[in-house]
Amino acid sequence: MAEFTLRLRRYDPESGQPPYWAEYTVDLEPHRSVLEGILQAKANEDGSIGIRCSCRAAICGSCGVMINGRAGLACHTHLDEALLGGRDGVIEVEPFNNMPVIKDLIVDMDAVHWKKIKRVTPWLIHKEPVPEREYIVPHENMVDVTQSMACIQCGACVASCLSMEVDPLFVGPAALAKSYRFVGDPRDAQQYERLKDLAEDPHGMYDCTHCFNCIEACPKGVAPMNQIMRLRRISGNDHHIVDRNNGDRHERAFVTLIRGYGLLHEAELLPRSYGGDSWFGKFAPAAGQEMASSLPVVAKAVMRRKVSIKGAMLGHKIPKADLKDVRRIYDLVEGKDERNELNLYITGYDEDLDETPGVMAATGAGDGAAASAEQGQPGMDPEDSPTR
Amino acid sequence: MKVAYWPGCVSRGFTPELHGSMAKIAPLLDIELIELERGNCCGAGVIAEHSQELADTLNARTFALAQQTEATMMNICSTCQGSQTEAQERLDANAEYREQINATLEGGGLRYDKGKVVNKNLLWLLVEDIGLDEVKKRVKRPLTDLKVGPFYGCYIIRPTDRLGIDHDRPRDRYMHMLIEALGGTVIEYAGMHKCCGFPIITMNKEASLKQAGRHIGDAIDADADCLVTPCPLCHLNLDLQQPLAERVAGRDLGLPVLHLPQLLGLAFGLNEKELGLGRHVVKPTSVIDWSTAVVGGVAA
Repeated sequence: MAEFTLRLRRYDPESGQPPYWAEYTVDLEPHRSVLEGILQAKANEDGSIGIRCSCRAAICGSCGVMINGRAGLACHTHLDEALLGGRDGVIEVEPFNNMPVIKDLIVDMDAVHWKKIKRVTPWLIHKEPVPEREYIVPHENMVDVTQSMACIQCGACVASCLSMEVDPLFVGPAALAKSYRFVGDPRDAQQYERLKDLAEDPHGMYDCTHCFNCIEACPKGVAPMNQIMRLRRISGNDHHIVDRNNGDRHERAFVTLIRGYGLLHEAELLPRSYGGDSWFGKFAPAAGQEMASSLPVVAKAVMRRKVSIKGAMLGHKIPKADLKDVRRIYDLVEGKDERNELNLYITGYDEDLDETPGVMAATGAGDGAAASAEQGQPGMDPEDSPTR
Repeated sequence: MKVAYWPGCVSRGFTPELHGSMAKIAPLLDIELIELERGNCCGAGVIAEHSQELADTLNARTFALAQQTEATMMNICSTCQGSQTEAQERLDANAEYREQINATLEGGGLRYDKGKVVNKNLLWLLVEDIGLDEVKKRVKRPLTDLKVGPFYGCYIIRPTDRLGIDHDRPRDRYMHMLIEALGGTVIEYAGMHKCCGFPIITMNKEASLKQAGRHIGDAIDADADCLVTPCPLCHLNLDLQQPLAERVAGRDLGLPVLHLPQLLGLAFGLNEKELGLGRHVVKPTSVIDWSTAVVGGVAA
């Protein structure tokens, strides 16, 4: 047994009193969880501590909190591990960010998390005609969506989303990962409509800033940000959906500019992101408007010799032979019929597979992939079952 | 030590003072820069968003060039570090995938082999390979009383398992350690590990600038004299866009933002001109005042 000090953020909005910190000392073995620590404090010191929990085994997703500033499950974090991330020898526990507090460590999941989930039509809209018996789905397709199906709806990604912190209207990581679960499902009839909807929403899938915080926070390896990137890939490449926020234009301009220069030509990227992916993009009204609003910044950058007029016009290029090689790579890869994506959540690492007897050491979405995918979804929602 | 130096795009584009200051501090640290002039853009996560295979092949190409030098590869951009590490993780994880990528590279006479390329940001190299004691020995003008807020940039600190960050290798604290080694005071503030907002500057400008403005404001409230960042893209949002971030944040900001090599250069006794401090949008007046005050103090 060892003593641990928990510093909990206490707050009862109905009391009219401001939030405050309270410290509790608990006596538990170091490998026990932060949740057990909180429950011991609640049992021995103050029964009014508010915490939501149920399974205590990282399956129900109820006990999400911020531990030393990071979102996670209280039942899935060992006390000794939490102590390493704490300051002054104290484990600090707060309610989730980005959601209103109901009491102490309990947040209003309905107000944010579930509202966003409902926003993305989180059910299968089946294709017609309905088969007489079950739908037959190719194995690779089902394996592909298992990662997003591993979600236990704990909201840790939502609490850690840095884009939502400044834009509460952002659809957010959990809902977008959920959306991919259906966008990637061949039985769903509305792949295009779903993507179009997320592209039309000014706070939709192009609002993600690539901050990786959701990947870091997720206790189930769902990697919501990766699912968002897959939504964008299918939306832009397969359906050519142009979104309201310049997201697709920005991506296209970026990809084209690297083909043209081998390096990023920043001065061209900005106007093209607004005006369209060609040299003429800068003359489009949307680009003009943006350039005008950025004029004070641009003028200052030129004045300070941060950017030269010549540099802004010509950009910088890699040597000719190398540029030719880059273009050759572009042509080869872009010319392929099938998208070649490696998802390490599904395939694992060569070494891992080698060490696991009985699991196929081969790569790609083969039988080995299925084995590791099945291990990775203990919290699978029954309604998401691939055998449904 | 010799390094295969990958400067990235932005350090040679919109933040030329970064590339310039790196060139100035390298000899002082006995780093010999073998510049990978033939290398290409890392894709900054945007090419991967379009095609993972294209991004991985382009990065494998740069790795293959680094491999030929047989030196450690060094970058000076958090975003390059993150994008390249992501590509390298996939290349190293799966032999079949690696061979598919190599088949594409072959036409250009290049090949990437697992285990031959170690790619480290300057920050990691300083702490892990050169050592902070060695860095300290080169300090001519300790950053005494300079209050520096570290701004890491997402790509160099997350995901922690991919980037090899743990309690034994706290790469998300290295800037803290470095600032202290240079004699400065570390200012901790809410935004130091958060996102600068730059990736969505063209998609949702207000949210993007709000992020930058909030972090700068937090650092000012925590009494920072300046920020320092190992990421030129963060620098664009925090410095170049700061006048616009000011408007969105609804408060005066005016906090100088330094590139990592510039901070080192100041401590090594280089002057503001050599480090290109005059090229910033937010004039680093407080930092320059500090440096002249210290020099004055030494003279007296």
